[in-house]
Amino acid sequence: MSAMAERQPELSTTPEFTDAERAVINRLQAGLPLVHSPFAAVAGELDMTEQALLDILQDLLNRRILTRFGPMFHAGEMGGALTLAAMRIPEQDFETVTRTVNDFDEVAHNYRREHELNMWFVLATETPGDIARVIAKIESATGYPVYNMPKEEEFHVHLYLPV
Amino acid sequence: MSTSISRSEHNSEHNSEHNYVLGEQDRKLILATQSGLPLVADPWGALGEELGLPADEVLSRFQRMQDAGVIRRVAAVPDHYRLGYRFNGMTVWDVRDDAITDMGRQVGELPFVSHCYRRPRHLPYWNFNLFAMVHGTDRGEVQDKASQIQALLGDTCRGHTILYSSAILKKTGLRLRKS
Repeated sequence: MSAMAERQPELSTTPEFTDAERAVINRLQAGLPLVHSPFAAVAGELDMTEQALLDILQDLLNRRILTRFGPMFHAGEMGGALTLAAMRIPEQDFETVTRTVNDFDEVAHNYRREHELNMWFVLATETPGDIARVIAKIESATGYPVYNMPKEEEFHVHLYLPV
Repeated sequence: MSTSISRSEHNSEHNSEHNYVLGEQDRKLILATQSGLPLVADPWGALGEELGLPADEVLSRFQRMQDAGVIRRVAAVPDHYRLGYRFNGMTVWDVRDDAITDMGRQVGELPFVSHCYRRPRHLPYWNFNLFAMVHGTDRGEVQDKASQIQALLGDTCRGHTILYSSAILKKTGLRLRKS
């Protein structure tokens, strides 16, 4: 009961954004127009000044509300390769294996998930052949099998989280 | 298994048909911006100054890379947790092979599905071949969205589960390595 009570406030905390921050977060997830003075163009759409837009954007990055603002690359189209891989790691080894896996530069994202397969990461390499090599290295460095789940068909990719 | 191997070969062949070959200047632009675009009024000019290129060429290279799909867009990448989307559910579905392409397209068109892919099964541990990522402020919201996917899949689907993420262990984004 006390544990629940302690967790409640955290769970009910919804981030508060100003209307201007909300507008910037929503608009800039959709992409910057590739034109001269692109921030001025977006500021015009949002009815704010270019400087106000840049300030809000910088502040959202400083507060880590946004993790990045920049080009979103498509590894496959860059001639590189991308895959999703999963591992089943016993709890007692989870931290050690996390460090080992994260040390690989090719690991772009790594999430812990609630499932028997409890570690899920994205591998990005410059050539398709590197995927198998990196997987083999991860298997030998950790002693656990890696389940490779490359995309076979892409139906949709566009993360948009309106606030 | 053999199906998945030939499929992915097909896929990479398909990609290479459309592959835009990155030039030396493109690589420099990617390396200069992969941690972020300069937040100034004229970001193309600022990059050009850094790399010794005219602003117009920087802009036209970005346009070409975006048209070719090398760059999906130049955009803000949010931290879902900090936006209030605390629950990120990877919903996974065991869909009949003869229905997967059609159903995958339909699931991908649902407005709340951010990523949707077909991926190989790994029997006996993993019999799910359709992955659809959904986000919510609580588990109930993710479950509601999963129920909508389930209704759409109907009897083409033999089972599903939702894998919630409980920690981000690493998030650096895709990077080109300096070579």
